[in-house]
Amino acid sequence: MKILVVEDDRETATYLTKGLSESGYTVDCAGDGREALFLATSADYSAMVLDRMLPSMDGLSVLGALRAAEIRTPALILSALGSVDDRVKGLRAGGDDYLVKPFAFSELLARLEALLRRGAGPTTTTRLRVADLELDLLTRSVRRGGKAIEVLPREFRLLEYLMRNAGHVVTRTMLLEHVWDYHFDPQTNVIDVQISRLRQKIDKSFDHPLLHTVRGAGYCLRAPE
Amino acid sequence: MVIEGSRFASKAPLAAAQILRNARLIVGTHAFRLAALYFLVFAASVLGVLLFVYLTSAGFVERQTEATLDAEITGLAEQYAQRGLSGLIQIVAARSAGDRGDAMIYLVTDPDGRPLAGNIAAWPAGVPTHSTWLSFALERTINGRHEVHPARGRLFVIPGGYRLLVGRDISDAAAFRSEVRTTLLWAGSIALGIGLIGGTVMSRNLLRRVEQVNRTSERVMAGNLSDRVPLHGTSDEFDRLAANLNRMLDQIERLMTAMREVTDDVAHDLRTPLSRLRTRLERALVAPSGADPPAGASQSEAIRAAIDEADRLLATFNALLSIAELESGARHDQTASIDLSEVARSAAELYEPVAEEKGFALTVAAEPGVRMRGDRHLLSQAISNLLDNALKYAGGGQIELRVFPENGQAILEITDQGPGIPEADRHSVLDRFVRLEPSRTTPGNGLGLSLVRAIARRHDGSVTLEDNRPGLRVRLQFARLPT
Repeated sequence: MKILVVEDDRETATYLTKGLSESGYTVDCAGDGREALFLATSADYSAMVLDRMLPSMDGLSVLGALRAAEIRTPALILSALGSVDDRVKGLRAGGDDYLVKPFAFSELLARLEALLRRGAGPTTTTRLRVADLELDLLTRSVRRGGKAIEVLPREFRLLEYLMRNAGHVVTRTMLLEHVWDYHFDPQTNVIDVQISRLRQKIDKSFDHPLLHTVRGAGYCLRAPE
Repeated sequence: MVIEGSRFASKAPLAAAQILRNARLIVGTHAFRLAALYFLVFAASVLGVLLFVYLTSAGFVERQTEATLDAEITGLAEQYAQRGLSGLIQIVAARSAGDRGDAMIYLVTDPDGRPLAGNIAAWPAGVPTHSTWLSFALERTINGRHEVHPARGRLFVIPGGYRLLVGRDISDAAAFRSEVRTTLLWAGSIALGIGLIGGTVMSRNLLRRVEQVNRTSERVMAGNLSDRVPLHGTSDEFDRLAANLNRMLDQIERLMTAMREVTDDVAHDLRTPLSRLRTRLERALVAPSGADPPAGASQSEAIRAAIDEADRLLATFNALLSIAELESGARHDQTASIDLSEVARSAAELYEPVAEEKGFALTVAAEPGVRMRGDRHLLSQAISNLLDNALKYAGGGQIELRVFPENGQAILEITDQGPGIPEADRHSVLDRFVRLEPSRTTPGNGLGLSLVRAIARRHDGSVTLEDNRPGLRVRLQFARLPT
């Protein structure tokens, strides 16, 4: 899969290119807005990582031009501007996700992969399944190995998000954003405790755990090998 | 003497230069230009009025002279028509006899210019030989004195070459004219003089008030932030300007003081973790790496700790930026009508498990439909900060989150049963970086409550800290939207 990285800071660009190549992606790199526009219109990319502040043409203008030209490549906006307001502006300009600098590479990778999946998978499904864990979106019920599991509404939403991203890492901030719509980091480890509650319910009395902690990155719900 | 002289000589050009510079300064001012413009308009109108008066009054005398001459000539022409040349000579001789006091001049001459009758001896020098209006100088001897008088007259050439001159001594008229001229010149000079003085006084007055403002702003710019423009108590435009400037200066001073405090705080509260970070990285660098597994582990442990430290620094930095952004009002509002009860319940839902794990009982008592205008994200963050604080400092017991309407206000209260905050500190603890725990062993940046206050103020609301007996009650108050 080909990823376009648009970043004028050479060090960040190298860091991103190296990290993404090591994760198995082919990476093209553009150093300014015009080059980005040229590359994005001339080749087919699966996704792009777009810095918001660029020389010659800023990231949001590039994105606006691409969206106007019907180019729908999923875009992850990188920015040093972190207020809710800046985020809303970025998403309105056609961005699919917004990540504030500085960021951990694992966070960027998890979000980028979520974007790549979004295009592929069916979203109108009514039933999610990972190994023997089932979640019914219509009856809002959870079963594992045929046994019903009682979950609270917030746990249901959390599990739904984890199952939709099954097999992939989701970070704490992704959970805060998508499950609670919180765009800041609480000082208390609220997500860790929420996850451990959920784990109690879906993993405790079963042989193979499904919900794993990925150190330094986040969590991953996956079927045992 | 020589020394004195040379000293004086060296001073003189300096003084002249000073005067010139002052003059240039004054000419360059708006007040001067305004005064000069007024003066010019004033001078033009005064001169216009005087010119009109002069022309009408002087012209009146002139027209009167001409009317008299015309009447005289008409009379003589009638005589001539009835009685011929001899009749004319007779009547001219009769009118010339004796000084009638009306300063009339008559002269009839034959074609060669020899006088036949009249009260002057000969043609005045320079009188032309054809019929015309003319002005001439009349030489006269009155009471033994030789005088030259201005005169105006009309010359007729009668058929046969005889000529008749009817004129009038206009020395009185000329005297009147010159009298009028002198009077008007004096009047004009006085009016213009008063105008000039008035303009100067006005412009200097204006200049002085403006200059006071200028001097004050220069002193403020030079660093004396507490200086203010003096008020004259007249409540005119200048006083109002000065009062407004003073209010602006008050605000600038307040902001500068606040900024200085923040800068000091930032320097202190960022320097400590930064130096800790540096130490950790330094230790990781000198730690032996490679073969020895425990050493390698300690190195990666040190790097992990450094990353945590960097994250805490970033959190502090972000909080500072958020507060600054909220307080400066630079942010575009994302406000909408929101349900405060729903926001509170959502926050409680997120915190409930962690509260239980830490030995608290988190309960929510939110009356439905307490709506307000605001930014959901910011209010969530404020509640989240308050819950963080309660979990951090209260040690255990009950944490209650309440939302209810009161006197048209939307109230959100968070109470705990911890040690609370002494009354004396309840205000200062809302300031940046203020942490009551002197040892600062609990992690935190002292910005949580400042951010809560900034968010409350952003929503035109307020935050107050109260005694919960025992514990702390934080009360957020907003304008409630009618349901």
